[in-house]
Amino acid sequence: MYRIVRKETLTPIITLMEVEAPRLACAAQPGQFLIVRADEEGERIPLTICDYNREKGTVTIVTQAVGASSKEICALEEGGSFADVAGPLGQPSEFISLPDEELKTMSFVFIAGGLGTAPVYPQAKYFHERGAKVDVIIGAKNADMLILEEEMAKVCDNLHICTDDGSKGYKGLVTAKLEELMAAGAGYTQAVAIGPMIMMKFVTMSAKKFNLPLVVSLNTLMVDGTGMCGACRVTVAGKVRFACVEGPEFNAYDVDFDEAMRRQAMYRTIEVEADHKCKIGRGK
Amino acid sequence: MAARIPRVPVREQDPEIRAKNFKEVCLGYSDEEALLEAKRCLNCKKPACMTACPVSVKIPFFIAQVAAGNFAEAAKIIAIDSSLPAICGRVCPQECQCEGSCVMGVKGEPVAIGKLERFVADWSRENNVKFLEKKPFNGKKVAVVGSGPGGLACASDLAKLGYGVTIFEVLHKPGGVLTYGIPEFRLPKDTVVAAEIENVKALGVKIETNVVVGRTITIDDMFDKEGFDAVFIGSGAGLPKFMDIPGENLNGVVSANEFLTRSNLMKAYKEGSRTPIYVGNKVCVVGGGNVAMDAARTALRLGAEVTVVYRRTEKELPARAEEVHHAKEEGIQFRLLTNPVEIVGNEKGWVTGIKCEQMELGEPDASGRRSPVAVPDSHFTIDTDVVIMALGTSPNPLIAQTTPGLERNRKGGIVANEDGVTSREGVFAGGDAVTGAATVILAMGAGKRAAAAIDEYLKNKK
Repeated sequence: MYRIVRKETLTPIITLMEVEAPRLACAAQPGQFLIVRADEEGERIPLTICDYNREKGTVTIVTQAVGASSKEICALEEGGSFADVAGPLGQPSEFISLPDEELKTMSFVFIAGGLGTAPVYPQAKYFHERGAKVDVIIGAKNADMLILEEEMAKVCDNLHICTDDGSKGYKGLVTAKLEELMAAGAGYTQAVAIGPMIMMKFVTMSAKKFNLPLVVSLNTLMVDGTGMCGACRVTVAGKVRFACVEGPEFNAYDVDFDEAMRRQAMYRTIEVEADHKCKIGRGK
Repeated sequence: MAARIPRVPVREQDPEIRAKNFKEVCLGYSDEEALLEAKRCLNCKKPACMTACPVSVKIPFFIAQVAAGNFAEAAKIIAIDSSLPAICGRVCPQECQCEGSCVMGVKGEPVAIGKLERFVADWSRENNVKFLEKKPFNGKKVAVVGSGPGGLACASDLAKLGYGVTIFEVLHKPGGVLTYGIPEFRLPKDTVVAAEIENVKALGVKIETNVVVGRTITIDDMFDKEGFDAVFIGSGAGLPKFMDIPGENLNGVVSANEFLTRSNLMKAYKEGSRTPIYVGNKVCVVGGGNVAMDAARTALRLGAEVTVVYRRTEKELPARAEEVHHAKEEGIQFRLLTNPVEIVGNEKGWVTGIKCEQMELGEPDASGRRSPVAVPDSHFTIDTDVVIMALGTSPNPLIAQTTPGLERNRKGGIVANEDGVTSREGVFAGGDAVTGAATVILAMGAGKRAAAAIDEYLKNKK
């Protein structure tokens, strides 16, 4: 059950795994997530779906080893298995319901921060395959922290790499890159940002300057991931919504990011951001 | 003569000791105590207790066997109607069902039917007495969604009738509310819940965990791709309700579902569990049902000072009398006729208190309960670190949304009749998914009736 058929170390702390879960692989859509438990005593950890192969019956997940549970996940070996993999969970990206003719008229820009590159990949691939124009901006601390660069390059029209220290690509933040592209007339019709909550908050502020429609994917706390516990509740357009069943994607302009960030820190087990000193919003 | 024996009290852990551990509160009857209590039963010709039982356990008949010392025979009689007796004996609201109808209760105390059922079930488990009689496989397959009490009851009845039954469970462990909701000190997981689920599996029922019906597979997939002939939906209650008052998203406000799932399913109450749980020093539980009592008593055992806030009086508390009694014995405070209007927090966004208003009872509402009315200018604040909302649940819309033609009611529950028949052919439903939050035994009753209806449907279907 849930055998790890491939394990790849993307960076010293980020691991990619291809896992057998046939029913899940058949049902998965871009935008959805899953929940894993490394072993019988493990915590339920929500992870985004990075890719799925319906023929092989596998799903690909990417994990960053920061907390105890994510370190356990990364320590699993190829040939070994997860105790549990459940999903797909959450609503698929709203844009997959659009007919291909309409997708062809769209110009997407995806803004991926760190580990957020993983869930951006299946979306970029899906829309690119169907004829939409797809640009991707990936932000990382430095060249060594960059993941899925080659894979992403194959599923988009233009790939923009941003690093904090300039060790690769543009030296600066994804927000600055986005604003630069928009100002130069990139003409995007839809933006999608996935990454740390603070990054998504500032991307929202940048996109607003250009009235660029923006969707974000919220990585809230969860226990069951099926709507039962309510740990994932977020305020969207003044209403309480459950990210696990009504999200994880929401209209960025409606999201109360400050509350979402505060709630995410409730148990101080933030899996994604702990090791990454993000500078967005601090410098200027 | 029978009337002269007083009801045999059941041994319990001392309140002061049990308030600090998660071991079962009630210790159950010994053989001698059970024999003595069973002798109190008058063996009524028209047993009102049986009529009041949602699964119609042949109560006087099993009690007569207990009185005669034939415990295995008693277990056999219960097994005809109930596949989860050790669970029902512990969590059923007997005072408003079997025991509430017991003739002995008119002038004195009713026979302790629940405690006797529990005794028989525990005895048969400890003595390895099993009832696995079933008809040979009839070639037909039934899918059951959810491994809670409704699903387990439906699955075991169908398996006994010869159907090939697979239960699909969304979580990583089977049992539904028996596993994630009801705490260890009221319903031990390994000795009782796991053992009764093993008995269901021993009938040939397969349980597949981690299957999100509506996402991993749909109801239509079950018929079209997986070859099932009928489906029973016992997916339980869904999304926790909140009050829609200011401050509910402060850190430290959790649903009872979240709090109990962390503790029960994820074992956060145990040292070394990787799932965190937070109680602080003071906890307020809002609500007065069994779930509120479970959350309050769990928080107490985790070391907090606990107050239950309820807007009506003690008489209206929907929890079982025994739970309220146990909670009080353990030192839980009750603030009755108290209604929260706002949750207040500090500059860091953490809860510091709960602002309430005093209530008084007004005229009876449609349900016959007197509705509480706010006393003007009666606001006050209770200091607290954590607020647990135990206000019930609203149905999870996932299955209804992903099953074309499955009718939903205004509250979002699946529309089904007494026999579980829904608007889709071959699809049956019962328990909380239909009625909204209710009890273990009502879900079991619904599961059993649906099993009979599924049998009828498949026998007549070409």
